[in-house]
Amino acid sequence: MISPDLLSLVAEPGGLLPARQQMALSLGSHIVLACFGVAFPAMIFVMHLRGVRHDDERALRLAQRWAKASAVLFAVGAVSGTVLSFEMGLLWPGLMGTYGDVLGLPFAFEGLAFFIEAIFIGIYLYGWGRMPARQHLLMLVPMAIAGVVGTYCVLAVNAWMNVPVGFRLVDGEVTDVDPWAVLFNSQALMQMLHMWLAAYMVAGFCVAGVYAVGMLRGRRDEHHRLGFVVPFAFATVAALAQPFVGHLLGDGLAERQPAKLAAFELAETTESPSPLRIGGIYVDGEVRGSIDVPVLGSVLANNSLSEPVPGWDTIPEEDRPPINLTHLSFQAMVGIGSLLAGGVALYWVLRWRGRDLLRHRWFLRAVAVSGPLAVVAMEAGWIATEVGRQPWIVYGVMRTSEAAGDNSGLWWLLGATTALYTAMGVGAAVVLRSMARRWREGEESLPSPYGPDRVDAEGAR
Amino acid sequence: MSLEVAVAAALFVGVVAYAVLGGADFGSGFFDLIAGGDRSGARVRTLVDHSIGPVWEANHVWLIYVLVTWWTGFPESFAAAMDALILPLLFALLGIVLRGASFAFRKYAETLGQARLFGVVFATSSVITPFFLGTVAGGIASGRVPATGREDLWSAWVNPTSLFGGVIAVGTCAFLAGVFLTADAERGGEPDLADWLRTRALGVGVVTGAVVFAALVPLTRDAPTLAEGLAGRAAPLVLASGLAGTATLVLLARRRYEVARIAAVVAVAAVVSGWGVGQYPWLLVDEVTISAGAGAPATLQGLLIAVGLAAVLVLPALVYLLRLTQSEEWTRH
Repeated sequence: MISPDLLSLVAEPGGLLPARQQMALSLGSHIVLACFGVAFPAMIFVMHLRGVRHDDERALRLAQRWAKASAVLFAVGAVSGTVLSFEMGLLWPGLMGTYGDVLGLPFAFEGLAFFIEAIFIGIYLYGWGRMPARQHLLMLVPMAIAGVVGTYCVLAVNAWMNVPVGFRLVDGEVTDVDPWAVLFNSQALMQMLHMWLAAYMVAGFCVAGVYAVGMLRGRRDEHHRLGFVVPFAFATVAALAQPFVGHLLGDGLAERQPAKLAAFELAETTESPSPLRIGGIYVDGEVRGSIDVPVLGSVLANNSLSEPVPGWDTIPEEDRPPINLTHLSFQAMVGIGSLLAGGVALYWVLRWRGRDLLRHRWFLRAVAVSGPLAVVAMEAGWIATEVGRQPWIVYGVMRTSEAAGDNSGLWWLLGATTALYTAMGVGAAVVLRSMARRWREGEESLPSPYGPDRVDAEGAR
Repeated sequence: MSLEVAVAAALFVGVVAYAVLGGADFGSGFFDLIAGGDRSGARVRTLVDHSIGPVWEANHVWLIYVLVTWWTGFPESFAAAMDALILPLLFALLGIVLRGASFAFRKYAETLGQARLFGVVFATSSVITPFFLGTVAGGIASGRVPATGREDLWSAWVNPTSLFGGVIAVGTCAFLAGVFLTADAERGGEPDLADWLRTRALGVGVVTGAVVFAALVPLTRDAPTLAEGLAGRAAPLVLASGLAGTATLVLLARRRYEVARIAAVVAVAAVVSGWGVGQYPWLLVDEVTISAGAGAPATLQGLLIAVGLAAVLVLPALVYLLRLTQSEEWTRH
């Protein structure tokens, strides 16, 4: 399944394959951290607000702990985001040299948003015990807003890569650049909503899962209940809204990117009406092992009972993305997303009818794995949309091979980056775990790690 | 002022801000590195942690601002510089990543062993990173970034101007940090710690000043365009930097720490601005001018709007943060 792709890339510039792998590695890692950066401030805000309003010590403690955890995640996110801004130039000189001034403006606004986030996370983290309670709480608001704005800007660039606007090509030269058209392109808002909800699903399910594990281990106190319910509520809203937003985002894909749709739906020929194919792979020109639900493909892709999904055979060979990876990633996203949406609906319906699923170990176990599942769904969705756009980096305008440099030395860079990211992941996991262990043992303020005397660096608190 | 020069100026404001604010952060790593053993160095490290903890992420964003403004405003020269200077940029990036992550990890590390490991990584990478960024500046300033296609991986940054640039960057960062940390220690009610830092900051300042003067000789031969600019248009800035640097040393010696901070900032801002003014109108010296390298006018206008928004939205918040950290209330534990 992979080898034909590899073979076809041999003739491409030396930097293409390592650049793609490097981008996949660093963007795939950063996107998880970005989810926490986007969603955590609002979750902390709700918890902190409850603490201030009801004078609830437990809620305040949870808010402060979440803030400390988010500090670690935000730090790693900030540096992995910096890696990405270097990589834009290092890996894709063809794209940045040609279209840097077309796609750059949203990044400038994203930079502003990130600035605001970095400033206020500093104030918020160090403001505990040093600021009046209400003023301190308000420091989260700019962070939460900046997270949304930043998401929009980044997604505007990605949406532009799918629907390039804001310039004209005259004899190969880029002219009539309109950066505002890029910032407000037609797909930006829907893509942003889809990603925004995904961020709440990832962060919400992950944090709720931590407290579900605590309950599984017998810690069934108010602290765990509260720590569970707030992120779970965020995740619930996001998980239930996501299928609708996803469906709206896909609307018109048949016209915009028929190759991507054909790959999503594994439609090898144009059938009217088209079936929905569940599972299955494409081998030697035919689909194998799929479960076909008649007509549903047309309904889901085109909101129609008869309008067909354009077939794979209508796409010229050189314009086809890797079909199996795109299809399976897309289905993983939809499948896991539906599972999560069903799970949260079940919980609230039963709770409304007076049954508490938190008493059941199977449900707690399911919540514990929901975080990793949400991450898988988000990554799969991202792979589906990015790989599904190939071989184009800017759809219909610039091929990915034209954007990459001829730099086979990038394989070394990829090796080094893999090692570095592994180390960083291990470091973050070790530190977060040891924070949790200390908190369980009742140590709220972590002693300063700078000497055997354990000077209190945490200050008053 | 033309549109593209306005954007180049806005870009350069980011370079100066990163040199001053990010520089003071990086320099703190130098003092962390020479603080001594676990027990004897604990107070310095606690001070470093406390001083840069709330601000390092905000200070770091200036780098992203510079990169984004560069690729948006002057895309082709960005791609050219990334190509020619790939090695030092990657080393600097490695340092930035290791430094940021290990700083956050150290703060919440569980055992002394863990904290020591993260601490060493933080301190070492803090010192190494400005060196490579300095070599990048030297490569551009000495006209070694070709507009189209690099010659090899090394020549753009292994040369006299780059190496001096690297050493000066490390020294300037350490000097800035020394002045700020000394003032922090004094304000935090630890006069003996302030004295310890003061001696070292003075030493770093004298050495850095000497290196700057020593660099002037090879610079005239190795980077003639820049040297000409420094002696001509940028001469007042170079002079101002020398005066402010000397004033900082005198103020430090006389224990006037609060005022010394301002003098140190002026010295660094002036020397970095001197570089920018000195190489004007070149974007990549001897290769691409600012007007030739500029992107689409509509984008440049958009960038200026973004910069205006930054001045309204980000600057007040940043000033608020910096004022908090320099206040009595936040300094005392």
